[in-house]
Amino acid sequence: MNQRIKKLREESQNAVPRISAERALLITEFYKSNLAEQVSVPVKRALAFNHILEYKKICINDGELIVGERGPASKTVPTYPEINLHSIEDLEILNSRPKVWFKVDEETKKAYKEVVIPFWTGKSNREKIFSNLDQNWLDAYQAGVFTEFQEQRAPGHTVLGKKMFQKGFLELKEEIAEEIAKLDFFNDSTAYDRREQLNAMDIAADAIILFANRNAEALKELATAETDEDRKIELIEMASICRKVPAQAPETFHEALQHYWFIHVGVITEVNPWDSFNPGRLDQHLFPFYEQGLADGTLTEESAKELLSLFWIKFNNHPAPPKIGVTAKESSTYTDFALINLGGVKEDGSDAVNDLTYVILDVIQEMRLLQPSFMIQVSKKNPDRFIKRTAKILKTGFGQPSVFNTDAIIQELLNQGKSLVDARNGGASGCVETGAFGTESYILTGYFNLTKIFEIMLHNGFDPMTGKKIGIQTGKPSEFESFNELVDAFKKQLNYFADIKIKGNNIIDKIFAENIPVPFLSLLIDDCIQNGKDYNAGGARYNTSYIQGVGLGSLTDIMTSIKYNVFDEKKLSMNELLAAIAENFEGHDKLRNDLLNNTPKYGNDDDYADSQAVTIFEIFYDAVNGRPNTKGGHFRINMLPTTSHVYFGGVTGATADGRLAKQPLSEGISPFQGADRKGPSAVIKSASKIDHLRTGGTLLNQKFTPSLLETEKGLDAMVQLIRAYFRLDGHHIQFNVVTAETLKKAQKHPENYKDLIVRVAGYSDYFNDLGDELQDEIIRRTENDGF
Amino acid sequence: MKGIIFDIKHYAIHDGPGIRTTVFLKGCPLGCWWCHNPESWAKEIITYQKQEKIGDKFVEIEESVGEYYSVDRVMKEIEKDRVFYEESGGGVTFSGGEPFHQFDFLMELLRTCKEKDIHTCVDTTAYVDKDKIQKAAAYTDLFLYDLKHIDDEQHKRYTGVSNKLILENLILLDHLKKEIQIRYPLIPGMNDDETDILKMMAFLQKLRKLHPVSILPYHKIGKHKYSQFGIEYKMNDIEEPSKEQIEKVKKLFETAGFETTVGG
Repeated sequence: MNQRIKKLREESQNAVPRISAERALLITEFYKSNLAEQVSVPVKRALAFNHILEYKKICINDGELIVGERGPASKTVPTYPEINLHSIEDLEILNSRPKVWFKVDEETKKAYKEVVIPFWTGKSNREKIFSNLDQNWLDAYQAGVFTEFQEQRAPGHTVLGKKMFQKGFLELKEEIAEEIAKLDFFNDSTAYDRREQLNAMDIAADAIILFANRNAEALKELATAETDEDRKIELIEMASICRKVPAQAPETFHEALQHYWFIHVGVITEVNPWDSFNPGRLDQHLFPFYEQGLADGTLTEESAKELLSLFWIKFNNHPAPPKIGVTAKESSTYTDFALINLGGVKEDGSDAVNDLTYVILDVIQEMRLLQPSFMIQVSKKNPDRFIKRTAKILKTGFGQPSVFNTDAIIQELLNQGKSLVDARNGGASGCVETGAFGTESYILTGYFNLTKIFEIMLHNGFDPMTGKKIGIQTGKPSEFESFNELVDAFKKQLNYFADIKIKGNNIIDKIFAENIPVPFLSLLIDDCIQNGKDYNAGGARYNTSYIQGVGLGSLTDIMTSIKYNVFDEKKLSMNELLAAIAENFEGHDKLRNDLLNNTPKYGNDDDYADSQAVTIFEIFYDAVNGRPNTKGGHFRINMLPTTSHVYFGGVTGATADGRLAKQPLSEGISPFQGADRKGPSAVIKSASKIDHLRTGGTLLNQKFTPSLLETEKGLDAMVQLIRAYFRLDGHHIQFNVVTAETLKKAQKHPENYKDLIVRVAGYSDYFNDLGDELQDEIIRRTENDGF
Repeated sequence: MKGIIFDIKHYAIHDGPGIRTTVFLKGCPLGCWWCHNPESWAKEIITYQKQEKIGDKFVEIEESVGEYYSVDRVMKEIEKDRVFYEESGGGVTFSGGEPFHQFDFLMELLRTCKEKDIHTCVDTTAYVDKDKIQKAAAYTDLFLYDLKHIDDEQHKRYTGVSNKLILENLILLDHLKKEIQIRYPLIPGMNDDETDILKMMAFLQKLRKLHPVSILPYHKIGKHKYSQFGIEYKMNDIEEPSKEQIEKVKKLFETAGFETTVGG
């Protein structure tokens, strides 16, 4: 790591997350203008985007080679009042909460009080959403049956394909002009809508070029004032790069990185998409530039590493936009989920690992930054060397990378109706979500609390936490004569909540499509230009809405416990069990011990338990999969939690698996913390019993004691373990290579463990930044050191 | 046929090649001072009372060491991990205790594994009748062969039995051209004398080929079990070997031409 990287990395690490009112003020100013009143909604959005980029402060950090910041300074985060209007109280919470805080100064609060809040009250998208949803949606949402991703953040969650590493925005403008010329106002009733949409995209293209030129201008000024000759030359070269990209296609490695970075800043300035944005298959996209640079002598491995390191720092400078309320609970992290993909296959199906892949892995290991996240795609065609190289990064215990099965991802995408080439160009983003990169809008819509629904079923439609009836009456469990009757009742209850969630999604999607089109993002994703349609309205080639199931491991253990203890072995009656649960096992220690230690559990390759996971999976799948969304696509399921398993556990009482009330649930498709007693191979066998290929992603968390990776043999075994899981069609696996003992020490002396990064669920985070409950949960996950 | 098993460990990566499933058979004729599984010595099932922590409370529960398993049930457990054997070149390892202590059960398991094309290892003290080990050899791909002391008097002192049979069996297996990995537990002050090690190497060098050697450094992990099961622990004064010491012994073997690993 050279001095420049060291300095910028340190500045990025030490920068204080702050809220800036800059964007809020600029967008308010524009929305108040006469112009905003006169134009169509898409054009208004594009002009607002342009207004922000035209007037926002340009920030260039000393020593940078890649420029562009979303806020006025690093880690200074804008707000999006048109989507989610923060109250003064919200700002104060952000400022003072113990974890994932953002400093809010008086000036910002004043701007909110005097300008932003008065204008946007009653107009924000969030308010529109809540006023359009039914009471039963609100009841379920408040009870923690599900969450809603689009409540505070715009649909995003998309990944760039290779197109934008080959094209500049001037070329896109030509494509837009062609499409406008083709419009047939005599015969096509949508011609006007399409023209407005295309005009908006054209304005957005100009806006990003303008932003690049403003950076160029600032660089030129810095160059003039610069006394250091070397830096002066750099600044002049950077200015010329910013005048070229993103207007024109990049031609060098440096240009390609700068080109992408402007695009990234554009996407996360236009709205606050969940997740941020993502260059996708970075080693594939950059390889031609890398190869050519080495060939013509303009680039060395060393200079490529320097540029990549600086590129990495840009991601780290951009925390996720501030989240509050339920949204903060379900995703409590600064990470903004830009998940860089390495490896996999090329579009002709051949091995895509190249020299640059290994260079990037070196950079990642050296940088050891929270953002961007990264993963490796492993196909049967990729060499073991590639996996082993990454195992050596995993061994260092920073929770990255996550490891994905390319061959499964391709089958998942084909199963959803994508073309083979689009599938091979795909990968996973966010935590584990499958997508066709550059061609798909795939939106996560919210976490779905499978365990809570089961709890409501056990109480015949009532939520025992509040005593309120929020489900349907499916009968008293004590009157069920067989386990199958119980399963049927659960199925009815789940279908009821799935309907509520899907109806809500369809309403919310329309509200976004009508009020918050995203012309800039639409430029990037095929075939929005050709369709003359916005990304949020179904303009992309593929449109998928995901609902994410949470608590599979917990619910499997709960159902297994009831089947085993009540129906099969008849150790106690349903009423006795329900009574002990209602008392949170107070005075039922012996029973609780039996439930915890003498009842079959998911995660041990025991079909008795694992078959319940399959049952739950199929019920959830049938309730959701294939139902139409508003964009011409379909609803699909995936299984991941981010941090919602802690929130969902907090709203769920004690459970039949021996879990106490309000304790976290299991995450992803992993076993409940500590329930797996037979080591990683048994976990893999259990987790592979559900059909991953019919999902859009599953998340498996695997604890690994560092001692298992001490030897070459241990590293080889990890590679083989991954191969075995993927041969069984497993979608994703992530590893936490750290001992419970280390984590306990870190809890006691956080000051000594500032750099400790652990795997949470689909992302890594600083251990110190996690809430206490989540810290405890991860410790429990990691304990059980026989394995 | 049934046997008594006290543990089945999945994802075992130090008990032979690849990812393995290790089946621990109960009962052992030796009583090595450093053994970290003293509860495995008795052939019978042992039960004991244990305090289990449930939340912040303790519940008294009965635990047992050892459980009856049919051959079918063991095979079912072994078969579960086939995908890992195939990906890694692994298989099953029968350990103990001393697996030969339940000879008929072991033979049936080995035979069935070979019928099902599963790679087999036997981790043994080799303190067993010659004809038995010869019979088992037909179904065993690799022996993990414990060699604890070359000096018979010392061997008797620390393990309770003579090493005569053990050394003879080694010559026999070598003669049968079996794959063998020598496992040498490194116990400071007991079997780490350089002249003893050189003698051991001299013995090994006379065999048909130089079998690889694995050094297993002593660790105190099993200490607490001795008091738990009411067995006298004689190792209180013995420290775990240092890294330097392990390296030194490893060098010794390597210089003599042995392929040497540490830790299995």
